[in-house]
Amino acid sequence: MLSEVWQVAWFTVRMAAFATVLMLPIGVVLGWWLARSRSVGTLLVETLVSLPLVMPPVAIGFMLIWLFGSYGPLGPLLEGFGIELVYTWKAVVVAMVIIGMPLLVRTARTGFEQRTLRYEQVASTLGAGPLRVFFTISLPLAYRSLLAGTVLAFSRALGEFGATFMIAGNIPGRTQTLSTAIYSHAESGRDMTAGGLLLISISIAFLAILVSNWLTPRHTQ
Amino acid sequence: MAFSILLDFTIRQGSFLLEIHEKVKAESLALFGPSGAGKTTVLDVIAGLRCPIQGEIRFGSRLLFSSQTGIDLPSRKRHIGYVPQDVSLFPHMSVRQNILYATGNSERGEFLRVTEILEVGPLLGHLVHELSGGERQRVALARALLSEPELLLMDEPFTALDLAFRERIVPYLLRVRDELRVPIIYVSHDTDEVQRIADQVIVLERGQVVAAGSTANFNLA
Repeated sequence: MLSEVWQVAWFTVRMAAFATVLMLPIGVVLGWWLARSRSVGTLLVETLVSLPLVMPPVAIGFMLIWLFGSYGPLGPLLEGFGIELVYTWKAVVVAMVIIGMPLLVRTARTGFEQRTLRYEQVASTLGAGPLRVFFTISLPLAYRSLLAGTVLAFSRALGEFGATFMIAGNIPGRTQTLSTAIYSHAESGRDMTAGGLLLISISIAFLAILVSNWLTPRHTQ
Repeated sequence: MAFSILLDFTIRQGSFLLEIHEKVKAESLALFGPSGAGKTTVLDVIAGLRCPIQGEIRFGSRLLFSSQTGIDLPSRKRHIGYVPQDVSLFPHMSVRQNILYATGNSERGEFLRVTEILEVGPLLGHLVHELSGGERQRVALARALLSEPELLLMDEPFTALDLAFRERIVPYLLRVRDELRVPIIYVSHDTDEVQRIADQVIVLERGQVVAAGSTANFNLA
């Protein structure tokens, strides 16, 4: 039992970490763009990105199955490259990315909005191009918000259930995560195992938020 | 060093339209007027940080903005130094890194002369938050000057300083004007400062030019 619990926990952490790595560049750039752009498209993109925050995760999962399934618009394309997604670990990562992304994007956007605009403008008057401004001014100044957003997105990915269940299933040893495993064990009356998984789940989430809170105060600058 | 500038544009400024149609030849030009008159907006437009609704801006023979031809030179290519009201020193960098931002951390060009004139040499090893108000102004001025600007914009640089500090800083600015021969456009609502630093003045009130000409002919009180 113990090895199974640890195996599930380790798999979930690895998947959430991988999903966070994938989310980071997209989320940071998107957050920056949303903070700076004033076009009508901004509102539309922001609404789209935030949808997973308010939609039932199961509905998101259903949508992902449609998108990446054999008859969906993206499934055959991936299959053309030899990539099988649905009911594999890759589907777990995709579900985690979609569900965690809004938290990262929104936190990043707030960070860029609050702190960096005037400094970016001054840097540009000093001759710096957009990339130099982004890497030397925007990113370092929004560092705390980005870190907080990353930890939040990672934590959210760790706890993802509905979308993962739909697109990746709940296959022990292949796609089973902490939340889907808790569901399985609780459903079949194995409360001790479910309790062990719950404890690990709480510990990881607690640690992640603790680290975030410890890193974000003033002594980081 | 005398410069000529054509300011002929319209831009929205809060609840009113700011309109300016002036061609000025000056060594130092002051923008004078009460708070909210639009002085900072004019500097932002000259620096390329805000885009007018329509019009034309020309510095010497260089066209910076023209709504007619669709030209809007990015701020990094305008060669215009800008010291904003809050000075906006990059808080995550040392004084040295701030000053050398424009040169990519190299002590080339006018580094020695600028640090000598502004007496910022002893401050180079400090962090930004360790500086006094007057020191911050001098560092921001040095940073702008090391981008080798053809024109220097200063937005009420002494507002946050008490009278004693002001008296100590003004001579630095006069040395910049006279020894480095950098033309200055200077925002102020202090009549004494305007008379001491500028030879031409544009008086703004609620986005409209109410007077313009030589400071010698104006009773700004």
